Amino acid sequence: MGSDIGHLDELEDQSIFIVREAYSQFRKVAMLWSIGKDSTTLLWLIRKAFFGKIPFPVVHIDTTYKFKEIYEFRDKYAEKWGLDLIIARNEEAIKKGICPEKGKFQCCTELKTDALKKAIEKYGFRALYLAIRRDEHGIRAKERIFSPRDEDFEWDYKNQPPELWDQYKTKAKEEEHLRIHPLLGWREIDIWEYIKREDIPMVSLYFAKEGKRYRSIGCECCCSPVDSDADTIDKIVEELKTSKTSERSGRAQDKESAYVMQKLRALGYM
Amino acid sequence: METLKFVIVGHVDHGKSTLIGRLLYDTNFLPADKIEEIKRVSQQLGRETEFAYLLDHLEEERLQGITIDTTQVFFKTEKRQYVIIDAPGHVEFVRNMVTGASQADAAVLIIDVQEGVREQSRRHAYIVSLLGLKQVIVVLNKMDLVNFSRERFNEVKEEMVKFLDSINMEAIFYIPISAMKGDNIVNNSDKMDWYKGPHFLESLNIFKNRGSDKDKPLIFPVQDVYKIDSKRIIVGRIEAGVIERGCPIKILPGSQITRVHSIERFLEKNDRAYAGQSVGITAEDAPFITRGDVICFPDREPVLTDKFHANIFWMAKQDFIKGERITIRCATQETTCVIETIKKRINSSTLEVIQGDGNVLRNLEAGEVIVKTKKPIVLKSFNDVCELGRFVLVQDENISAGGIVTDF
Repeated sequence: MGSDIGHLDELEDQSIFIVREAYSQFRKVAMLWSIGKDSTTLLWLIRKAFFGKIPFPVVHIDTTYKFKEIYEFRDKYAEKWGLDLIIARNEEAIKKGICPEKGKFQCCTELKTDALKKAIEKYGFRALYLAIRRDEHGIRAKERIFSPRDEDFEWDYKNQPPELWDQYKTKAKEEEHLRIHPLLGWREIDIWEYIKREDIPMVSLYFAKEGKRYRSIGCECCCSPVDSDADTIDKIVEELKTSKTSERSGRAQDKESAYVMQKLRALGYM
Repeated sequence: METLKFVIVGHVDHGKSTLIGRLLYDTNFLPADKIEEIKRVSQQLGRETEFAYLLDHLEEERLQGITIDTTQVFFKTEKRQYVIIDAPGHVEFVRNMVTGASQADAAVLIIDVQEGVREQSRRHAYIVSLLGLKQVIVVLNKMDLVNFSRERFNEVKEEMVKFLDSINMEAIFYIPISAMKGDNIVNNSDKMDWYKGPHFLESLNIFKNRGSDKDKPLIFPVQDVYKIDSKRIIVGRIEAGVIERGCPIKILPGSQITRVHSIERFLEKNDRAYAGQSVGITAEDAPFITRGDVICFPDREPVLTDKFHANIFWMAKQDFIKGERITIRCATQETTCVIETIKKRINSSTLEVIQGDGNVLRNLEAGEVIVKTKKPIVLKSFNDVCELGRFVLVQDENISAGGIVTDF
């Protein structure tokens, strides 16, 4: 089966539609850029939606434990694409010495979720674009396109607002902010086929070196590479077509117990 | 390769999530580590391997053995790609079911053949019809629990045929299956040789994708206007037709007529854009234009009206009182409206008419109503351009009802 241009066009048009819906409603928005393949793809789509001039900031939540390739890539393309880049860190927690060795749940919560909370408070964002996809994780599959978080940042997954057709909720007073998920309907393979079609630059960690590559990236200490010889985008697409393991099998957060991801997300984790 | 989305609906515990899990398992569509995870979690909870855990990911869902919220999974055959939408069957979570079903092109209604047609079986079928879905397959599940009895199958089938007939629907197939045991899912079961129709996987081939709206007159609802460099770019998604550089356009609800100066897509040069595309355009004159305007051809205008008939489904806990002001959104148009008349107030499960000329709609009730909007809105018939033939009612920032325009 060859690449499917019609299908990718449909996904692209729908994502751009969602991005513009949220911007028309909130104006005071930002995008979370983890520098991974999904959020870099989302960034690409957002550049398209606004004809190359993104009218809001792009936020990188920096735990300080990211791969050096991620920092290099971020700085290079932030400049090249003229991004209004905000680097958000939980400096207090970093000073306190919070690190993965002292407990991963706490580390994710303080260095990611709390860093994000502080950034939202500081800049007053009403909505945030995130590049999560339904097919990465069963918990993410339960998400809405426009997903509210309350004042404690919690995701009330037992009582989500309805979405009908292409109509989404608006923001209520008691809600802290809304998460906007324009890529929810994309699959991992769609992302790679789109990266190939659009020639979107990607962090080198995704491409195999000495028989290993990263399929999902985050903090260096909590990601393991998978066995792979896929050193080009074409080979990655081929690999995904036959793969029998799931995308996040190299991510530590997903493994500790069956519901860690649900608990992290309920507290406001991305 | 085309993609078709279908939703699986039905009463709680009739086996929606199990059917999906079984289908993915039997078609070898599950990563090995996912199967391991499900076996492990099932064991932890002291159960037989439970395919439903593939989709029921929330801790509460697994402990209680029910689906709380809708989810989507991907699946592929030789012919095309599918998105399967799982919808919760519990009455508490009908809103989540509506959310899932509104994204579908077709529906599969599952009925536990032992229990027979139940409250949510009927309600879900009715909601599917209210959402404008016309393609339905009915599967009668748990045939193993009735010894694969043809008589029981026919009994339940007859009941459903009658119900669907009363809401002007007709299922394409009725298929006897056992999702738990794998009968008639991806092979013809040898336990039911009296059944001559397709197995479930094969039956999906019958669903048709939505046709293209390219050959219809232009409908381009305005999403926003961006000022970029010196340009004013009007952005939106084309819902029908084709827009071309130089073509005359009219901007409703006003009467301005201008021409398309350029078609804008980032780093692309285009002279035209088609239904389904998210694009930007610039106009020759600088017309006054805002979100909610609808661009069309001057001689092919849609209806502009402040009054229309519709079928709506109320799904908020709070009652809706006739005459109350409420926000209405149709495509990118937004205004306030009142429900002038509730011609019929309908129990969405029994179809009983609760009240003729009603004055209230309660949670999970359907209504045949007349809507009066404050500002006129642009409409098309749902069967022509669905985006302009359906709407939502918004109360306290949440969607409280969905509706389909039946007449204007």
